[in-house]
Amino acid sequence: MKNLSLYKLSTLFKTQYANMLEYRAEIALWAISGVIPFFMLNIWTNNGLNESINISNVMLSRYFLSAFFVRQFSVVWVVFTFEEDALLGRVSPYIIQPLHPFIRYFAQHIAEQITRFPFALFIAILFFIFNPQSVWIPSLLTIIISIFSTFFSFLIQFLMQSIIASFCFWTEKASSIEKLLFIPTLFLSGLLAPVASFPYYVKTWIYFTPFPYLIDFPATILSGNQTKIIEGILMQLLWIILFFFIFNKVWKSGTKKFTAMGL
Amino acid sequence: MSKNIIEVKNISKSFTISAKTPGLKGTLRHFLNRKTIEKKVVKNINFEIQEGEIVGFLGANGAGKTTILKILCGLLYPTAGFISVAGSRPFERDKSFLEKITLIMGQKQQLIWDIPPIDSFYLNAAIYGIEKKEAMKRIKNLSEMLEIDSELYLPVRKLSLGQRMKAELLASLIHNPSILFLDEPTLGLDINAQANLRKFLQIYNKQTGATILLTSHYMKDITYLCRRVICIHEGYITYDGKLKNLLTKLSPNKDISIICKSSKDIDNLKKLNLEIKNINDNQITFTINKLDFKNTLKNILSKFEIEDLHINEPPIDEVIGKILINKKIK
Repeated sequence: MKNLSLYKLSTLFKTQYANMLEYRAEIALWAISGVIPFFMLNIWTNNGLNESINISNVMLSRYFLSAFFVRQFSVVWVVFTFEEDALLGRVSPYIIQPLHPFIRYFAQHIAEQITRFPFALFIAILFFIFNPQSVWIPSLLTIIISIFSTFFSFLIQFLMQSIIASFCFWTEKASSIEKLLFIPTLFLSGLLAPVASFPYYVKTWIYFTPFPYLIDFPATILSGNQTKIIEGILMQLLWIILFFFIFNKVWKSGTKKFTAMGL
Repeated sequence: MSKNIIEVKNISKSFTISAKTPGLKGTLRHFLNRKTIEKKVVKNINFEIQEGEIVGFLGANGAGKTTILKILCGLLYPTAGFISVAGSRPFERDKSFLEKITLIMGQKQQLIWDIPPIDSFYLNAAIYGIEKKEAMKRIKNLSEMLEIDSELYLPVRKLSLGQRMKAELLASLIHNPSILFLDEPTLGLDINAQANLRKFLQIYNKQTGATILLTSHYMKDITYLCRRVICIHEGYITYDGKLKNLLTKLSPNKDISIICKSSKDIDNLKKLNLEIKNINDNQITFTINKLDFKNTLKNILSKFEIEDLHINEPPIDEVIGKILINKKIK
């Protein structure tokens, strides 16, 4: 990391951005495909479920719009890309370059997020046109904290998937391990329902897992709902440090097992 | 005297492979009780390579050539042994080592598929810490040497295989590596593209003094570029030395066909104690040892009136083919 100059990073991002712009249509479709929170909002409000958790319709719609935004900027697919690259032998040239291969994938994700931003904004504008009562302008501080929190959420997911991707050195189908994470991520992250709506006994342990910090925590901050910001950010940082440490360990032992297949 | 840039001592490499018997029974057994075998693909090999040498690795498919290259460039962790490449242990992949080497694999690519190669070149330059101005200079030089120009601005997916290979080469050489590992670099290229690539590598070696290690099944690559070859058979080194000596060992004789003016000459030639292969009217074909070649031919030309003469050597592919089945080349 210490060897990465600003020039190195900026060239990496520019190149990946140029590559991502080749996939404009796909990115628009990916952005549209991330509308699960809006479906969930519809289910919640049409059935009056929000009353049971003391969240107003407006606050709930803001929560799900925020969840949509957080999801747009924290979505990660590194395990699938790395698995494909490993199988096709593309990882080999990356490994023997003086740049950690995962920094390439990291740059790819950031470039994709930048490309995705206008589409996400467009969907948000459409949302406000159909839900004018939900329009709100968060304070600058809220926006800044939300951006950091969303970025931390992205980092947690990126590192989680990078750990799983590193299992490609032992098994060619590491993405199947990732599927084990799909269910807890879907149900515990706050994508389908705010964690505030979960039963008390779930809430007692869920905050000790990384899942609520993926969607619920940043979305709650952005939407202006109440949450423990400092505790949440600290927990995010803790998960980042822990996963970074695990990733390094797995990567180091994994590369010793590397068979450079696909060459 | 050049110093050793690569030292390999008692290197071995094993892979664990799961084997499956055919049929449904085999499939179920493979699922429930997977059997693995340990396959030793490189067996206790030793060699040294001097700075600036071009060395060819010869051997059949699966002999272990590519595995050796992968170990030398730091991709694979050896099971046992000691390696030093440019003063570093390759597997540690320290920055200074990675900046000195490059690995080029035929048909495999590091260029980003959907954008022009020029973008990948600048990215590679940045990765190796080369400033933009210097990168521009190097891209210009290398593209002139490789004879690619307008192709640099087309998406990689639109380039022909030959153009893509040249672009791959440029991307791999932008950091001026001093050690090149080339695994089948001319694979799939047409004859002209192969020749151009060989020429380029020779010039690159002369201009930069780079060390080149090469595997190829195209014998022209080997004969054009390599003075020294290392033959690998089932993970062992069976020969390490000059290509010229290897060819003499494997093919010590030449066939000479002479068309004489009269059958009387044929009769006289028979008396010369030659190893005759064939006689057809006034044409005689015999085999002579390469060491006796000059004297024998001089003797014949001075004593006989001949109409025509052909000297046949077995094709190099045929000779080298013997290496692939020879366990030990003495």
